[in-house]
Amino acid sequence: MRIVRLIFISVGLVLVWQTIVLLTHAPPYILPGPVNVAKAALTHAGPLFDHAMTTLFEIIAGLLLGTLLGAFSALSMIASFSLKRWLLPVLVISQAIPVFALAPLLVLWFGYGMSSKIAMAVLIIFFPVTAAFYDGLRSTEPEWLELAQVMNAKPLAVIRHIRIPSALPAFASGLRVATAVAPIGAVVGEWVGSSKGLGFYMLHANARMQIDVMFAALVVLGVLALAIYFSVDRAMIKIVYWQKEETE
Amino acid sequence: MNNSTKTFAGHGKRPSAPSVILENVSFSYPGEQIFRSLNFTVKSGQWTCLIGPSGCGKSTLLRLISGTLRENFSGKIHFSDGNSHTGRTAWMAQKDLLLPWLSVLDNVCLGSRLRGEMSDQKRRRAISLIEDAGLGEYSDSLPSELSGGMRQRVALLRTLMEERSVILMDEPFSALDALTRLKLQDLAARMVEGATVLMVTHDPLEALRLGHRIYVMTHRPAKLSEVLIPPGSPPRKPGDPAIISLQAKLLDRLVGGANT
Repeated sequence: MRIVRLIFISVGLVLVWQTIVLLTHAPPYILPGPVNVAKAALTHAGPLFDHAMTTLFEIIAGLLLGTLLGAFSALSMIASFSLKRWLLPVLVISQAIPVFALAPLLVLWFGYGMSSKIAMAVLIIFFPVTAAFYDGLRSTEPEWLELAQVMNAKPLAVIRHIRIPSALPAFASGLRVATAVAPIGAVVGEWVGSSKGLGFYMLHANARMQIDVMFAALVVLGVLALAIYFSVDRAMIKIVYWQKEETE
Repeated sequence: MNNSTKTFAGHGKRPSAPSVILENVSFSYPGEQIFRSLNFTVKSGQWTCLIGPSGCGKSTLLRLISGTLRENFSGKIHFSDGNSHTGRTAWMAQKDLLLPWLSVLDNVCLGSRLRGEMSDQKRRRAISLIEDAGLGEYSDSLPSELSGGMRQRVALLRTLMEERSVILMDEPFSALDALTRLKLQDLAARMVEGATVLMVTHDPLEALRLGHRIYVMTHRPAKLSEVLIPPGSPPRKPGDPAIISLQAKLLDRLVGGANT
């Protein structure tokens, strides 16, 4: 059902796009039609694929690292109250500075290659994951904790068997947000300075007035982002198998 | 370890249950005294029911005995076997408190898991308890797949799995429909036989069916007074004329107590 809906939405969007092109008579160097873009995608399939793989790798590496880092910082804040008091302001400050403003610095420090893009993605991802997971860990049902206390539970066992599982639904929604914004980090990083990736390829095409190639790269990026999002969404539904009960 | 043992729900042995003795217990929430020099004994191996208006401190009393409330508390709570009272009770609440991500079997074993003492033997005991309670085919089900009555049965088994000789119950059956409630009362009476039970309830019929002793609690500071119990041993039949007439008296008394 979801797949069918997705196809309908995609076809609908392409139709709207084509209609706009027909109605406005926009020249192809401003707004190329879907057919032109499809042709460009086919003729440039090789480089598009290569650059897409670079961006994909950056996004996935950023997601993995950012999620690990976010989960770890949320756990350490719940484990130690004094650590939380030091860490929380740092987290808020790190988010007060727009990541875009940091991009040139990151390229300066981590170089032209993938690491600066992964660092950007990590910076963007890590905060929603930390915030959502920490919130989930903090709002465990108090009566579960009381029950555990009467059972003489070990503190670590309470974290492992009660607090973490009960925070997983919140963690999953944080991770979904993170996944949706992760491509921003990678692409912005590529714009600022790189020689690979879809962001770089778009700038490159733009400079040569290959607007149809630019659009093709944009479409590939969209498909990539959607594929990652739905994979993560699927995985979360599998992992948080009891969540349906709460939402329905 | 105590040598004298009693069978417990037909599943192994456990030390004979001690009485719970409260001496001179005072407790207050900020700006409000709940108990002042309260003396009270929960008799060994019996089912004691505590009934009274909302907010008179019944649940607070359970929490003091379980050891989850420790601040602003003075006096002494101990067991007749001389040991400390904290960490020696099992708890059953109005909500089943089942963890939605654990199967029935894992929920029943929760205490052992949280103490890091899970073993094959515990597992086998849990399985036999689950079968005894008529939930054998559901041991791998998630709580969301069970009805309210079945969930509360699982909560009862989790409480029994603790093998604690003192069981504290806070309105454990009040969220169930009347028929399910009667059935669960019978099951609970059978399975906890021999344990010292202190149960808070709002339901006079429940108290009269299950209690070896019944106390009415009036507020504040709380006072406990014992009331007459019907003849026969629990669980008594709900249609018993003695129960019906005592139920009316008990209700009168509760209404009177609430107005003072």
